[in-house]
Amino acid sequence: MKLNLKIWRQKNKDSKGKVHDYELDGVEEDMSFLEMLDFLNNKLLNEGQEPVAFDHDCREGICGSCSLFINGVAHGPERGTTTCQLHMRKFKDGETVYVEPFRAKAFPVIKDLIVDRSSFDRIQQAGAYISVNTSGNTQDANTIPIPKHNADEAFNAATCIGCGACVASCKNSSAMLFTSAKVSQFSLLPQGQVERESRVLNMVNQMDLEGFGACTNTGACEAQCPKGISVKNIARMNREYLLASVKK
Amino acid sequence: MDNGLKMFSINELAEFLNVSKKTIRRHIASGKIESTKVGGVHRISMNSINSFLNINKDIAQVDANINKELLRKALTNDAHKKNLFPFESRVPEGKMEDKWNNHKRKINLVSPANKRLIDVIVVGTGLAGASASATLAELGYNVKSFCFQDSSRRAHSIAAQGGINAAKNYQGDGDSVYRLFYDTVKGGDYRSREANVHRLAEVSTNIIDQCVAQGVPFARDYGGLLDNRSFGGVLVSRTFYAKGQTGQQLLLGAYSAMNRQVNRGKIKMYARHEMLELVIVGGKARGIIARNLITGKLERHSAHAVVIASGGYGNVFFLSTNAMGSNVTAAWKIHKKGAYFANPCFTQIHPTCIPVSGENQSKLTLMSESLRNDGRIWVPKKKEDVKKILEKKLKPTDIDESDRDYYLERRYPAFGNLVPRDVASRAAKERCDAGYGVNKTGEAVYLDFQSAILRYGKEQAYSKGLDVKNNSLVEKLGKEIIKQKYGNLFEMYEKITDENPYETPMMIYPAVHYTMGGVWVDYNLMTTVPGCYAIGEANFSDHGANRLGASALMQGLADGYFVLPYTIGDYLSSDIRTGKISIDTKEFEIAEKEALRKLSFFIDNKGSKPVDYFHKKLGRIMWDKCGMSRNKLELKDAILEIKKLKKDFYKNVFVPGELYDYNEELAKAGRVADFIELGELFARDALEREESCGGHFREEHQTKEGEALRDDENFNFVSAWEFKGSESNPMLHKEKLIFDSVELKSRSYK
Amino acid sequence: MFNSSIGRKLIMALSGVFLIVFLTQHLVINLTSLIPDNGKVFNFISHFMGNNPVVQFILQPILILGVMIHFIMGMYLEVLNRRSRQTSYVVYSGKSGASWASRNMIISGLVILSFLIMHFYDFWVPEMVYKYVEFNPLDENRYFHELQEKFYKGGVVKLFLYCVSFVLLGLHLSHGFSSSLQSMGITRGPIKIATKFFAIIVPAGFIIIASFHYFITTINH
Repeated sequence: MKLNLKIWRQKNKDSKGKVHDYELDGVEEDMSFLEMLDFLNNKLLNEGQEPVAFDHDCREGICGSCSLFINGVAHGPERGTTTCQLHMRKFKDGETVYVEPFRAKAFPVIKDLIVDRSSFDRIQQAGAYISVNTSGNTQDANTIPIPKHNADEAFNAATCIGCGACVASCKNSSAMLFTSAKVSQFSLLPQGQVERESRVLNMVNQMDLEGFGACTNTGACEAQCPKGISVKNIARMNREYLLASVKK
Repeated sequence: MDNGLKMFSINELAEFLNVSKKTIRRHIASGKIESTKVGGVHRISMNSINSFLNINKDIAQVDANINKELLRKALTNDAHKKNLFPFESRVPEGKMEDKWNNHKRKINLVSPANKRLIDVIVVGTGLAGASASATLAELGYNVKSFCFQDSSRRAHSIAAQGGINAAKNYQGDGDSVYRLFYDTVKGGDYRSREANVHRLAEVSTNIIDQCVAQGVPFARDYGGLLDNRSFGGVLVSRTFYAKGQTGQQLLLGAYSAMNRQVNRGKIKMYARHEMLELVIVGGKARGIIARNLITGKLERHSAHAVVIASGGYGNVFFLSTNAMGSNVTAAWKIHKKGAYFANPCFTQIHPTCIPVSGENQSKLTLMSESLRNDGRIWVPKKKEDVKKILEKKLKPTDIDESDRDYYLERRYPAFGNLVPRDVASRAAKERCDAGYGVNKTGEAVYLDFQSAILRYGKEQAYSKGLDVKNNSLVEKLGKEIIKQKYGNLFEMYEKITDENPYETPMMIYPAVHYTMGGVWVDYNLMTTVPGCYAIGEANFSDHGANRLGASALMQGLADGYFVLPYTIGDYLSSDIRTGKISIDTKEFEIAEKEALRKLSFFIDNKGSKPVDYFHKKLGRIMWDKCGMSRNKLELKDAILEIKKLKKDFYKNVFVPGELYDYNEELAKAGRVADFIELGELFARDALEREESCGGHFREEHQTKEGEALRDDENFNFVSAWEFKGSESNPMLHKEKLIFDSVELKSRSYK
Repeated sequence: MFNSSIGRKLIMALSGVFLIVFLTQHLVINLTSLIPDNGKVFNFISHFMGNNPVVQFILQPILILGVMIHFIMGMYLEVLNRRSRQTSYVVYSGKSGASWASRNMIISGLVILSFLIMHFYDFWVPEMVYKYVEFNPLDENRYFHELQEKFYKGGVVKLFLYCVSFVLLGLHLSHGFSSSLQSMGITRGPIKIATKFFAIIVPAGFIIIASFHYFITTINH
């Protein structure tokens, strides 16, 4: 099949980018979206041009590196799928496909389609952990039973891959879904109780400092999250935050 | 053994450097060689020789390996004479089950006040790297942590699906530390170091405690206690899991432990940085040269010790289940600076991966081994059926039971579809090579769930009192059970192949998945370069010739959380007065120039072919000639072809863009250059090992039934390769393996 | 706490819920104008609301304050949120996963605000003038008549404007009500459905009232 690609090219974070047009023939249905870009890059390289830069690594939908905004939707048209697991059979022959980086003030473009998501790391560093040392003398893992329901819910929240699709899809570039997923995971587990309040306060504080927008509960994040993280986590974080603020 | 303590006389040194005694005296007089007088006689330490050699060479000509090599020869002179392995494995004395505890008790420690004076570099942030960084920082060391990904959370450990083993015996099925130890040694086909494996089994239980304390959401049963599943090739349920995302949850746990230390200021995180050189000062690893992948600038980082946790080298095959960026560069750079590389040919090829679909495929996707619990593997019995399938005239579901060859059940009636990974992979290759492959590339076999669907369906129908003879109802019930068990894997399969595995059998084929080989380390996990450590998949120590399922995560975390942080203290205890390592020294300058020279070469080389062209070619050679089964002729061929490819690569590779910029092609070029060199060593190692063991199958060494034939008499050793310069052949050293606690047996799954 | 994004959202939520409470009582009072008693009950309540000092000098200012807080905070958040994406997308498919109402609260909000100004001009300003500028004598029975007159005089144009505003009010409520609960951390399924129900009932009630009085008076004239 043949595609009209409209790809955002930007030299570095200080330069102004713009959309470049590429016509790509010979795309196969079995290619993943990233393999299609590999194919384009191979063509560009053979013509002596610089390839399109994009983030990718595991290509199994779990590392969270890939981050493309395809035809106006984070990770493209297929729900519950990262860009690397999106296949070209979801596109039509002759289709025009816009490929842009995830956009947010807190995700500055590094080059072409690559953005800097270190703001996410800093949110996690602000408190997304349980302070336990690696002594080898922690209590036996089965000392505290955890109700299956809570364990499952904590797990569901913990499956966030930190790709940033929630921020990219949100009209406010809010990072509430990402932050709340981690807050939820720990607030649901007995191990997370000791630092429960300071954790949510610090993480939200860092999230605001990074320049993410505020949540207006549109639900776009949940819809475009490749792992289907629920906005219920946001409500939980709101609750945790408000209670912690009152107690403080 | 401390290299720095060995003293030379002037005579010895003159002989060793092949210069006159006068020259040595002159250098001593001028102060270029530092010497101490002991009883009126000049005595020269290793450290001073090393720094002298480094300074005195013309920068452009320096190949630091030569120094290293010369020095080692001198150092290990005695060892060579006795025909012994030149390095000690430092396995402690005593009974197997006491070794680790005794060792920990006797090991040198660094006081808390001194730890803050010591810097440690950790390269890689997978399970091993992240857990080591976090623990070292917790102990008080200043840690600098490096990863090439945009965040430390994205290391490829995250993609591990199945689970992590631990000898907890929560299920009360007779598991114990010894049994885990025994299974691992046996599974590794008796090519691992016994004491290391025992230690691994011992600390396995601590890992689970630690991870639960960190908030890792392992699967639990309705009583709220931890759940276990069973995994390939063992007789107990000891695998802890978090759905199909155990690697992700464990890595995020280690990542959170790291974040805690970043927040405390004890870890400095360098994401999007790639290590390009190891810097050796005075014979000790003292830092690295890293490239900032965003700006392209080279940076010097110093430390008192360097830990390599950069994972495996499966991507030497181009197509593997490793991440696109997984590479051997860090491990290879230290190898070129003197670290031995052990058992490079031990590669695990995982049987249940999604087959290659076309020329443009960039990577392979693994599906959990657990699928083999319910799936039956088969190919058609008749070649005309194969032909019809390829022509789409026949669907697999149309083939009659009697015309199907369930070859694993046929060959291995006892274990059937649950034989270990290496055995299952080779059997698939055997059928496909014989012309029974069921997709257009001829490299695929069926994994069929139909009988499991019917079996579960009938069980359900019985237990619910429904009509067992109603086929569509039984199928519906059965599919529900299969969905509960493997839903996410089936979904993934459908996403990638666009085929519904509930309706038609899956197609699978083996793919490169894990490398048991790696940097040689002693019991303390130190490489043959003093102060340079290797942990996790990057080292060779625990899995022998084949790794059991759910043991990779265990080893990564064991090394990082519970082994390295203690054993490194033994080495660092002598460094408490060293003070900060300066980066403004000749050694750093030379290493940086060397890294720069290599990078500039690629940019200036106006070739015509992209990096991937060479990487794919290398992958093809490796897969065809060093893949699931190997023979002398093809291995020799592979070595020649790789040599040719190397020439072609340096002549014709095209790297666009600039050096001081984000340039993925440049990064890739450096990695592929290292893969090419590794590929050659790989083939050489496979050629030398004239036996079949684990993942290494030599066609010349098999039983009449086509099973692997191990040769314990002649090959019961670790092949540790020493780099001898780019133009000369590497040198093989053999670390003899001694098995005190386990009896060597041949593996049989019949 | 109120400097944080969640704190600001709480302010939006609390002021919104407060306005919802007001809206409910406003609707209930207005519904009495539909009772066929020639405005007796409606007049009685209106007189109470218009002359009770607690309502007039405490509740009324609080209500105005509530509206202002909701409006100012809404605008402020909108500005902040827009700033958090400096380069906008070339193609942005907002509809993927988010309803029109949720994405356009600022538009429905501004329409409601414009309506509020019109509504104040229609009813509140004359009332204030009547009471506190011209110091007219108390008349307990004027309210129902005035209401009907307004709708008759406003004609079909005003009725149309009212109805459009009520539709947008419905959209604003359909997202705003459940959103405010989410912001306060409440996520029970049935409550969410109830809010959607509320978002239909309340505007529909107002539309019926306005239409009723317009048509009744037009026919009677």
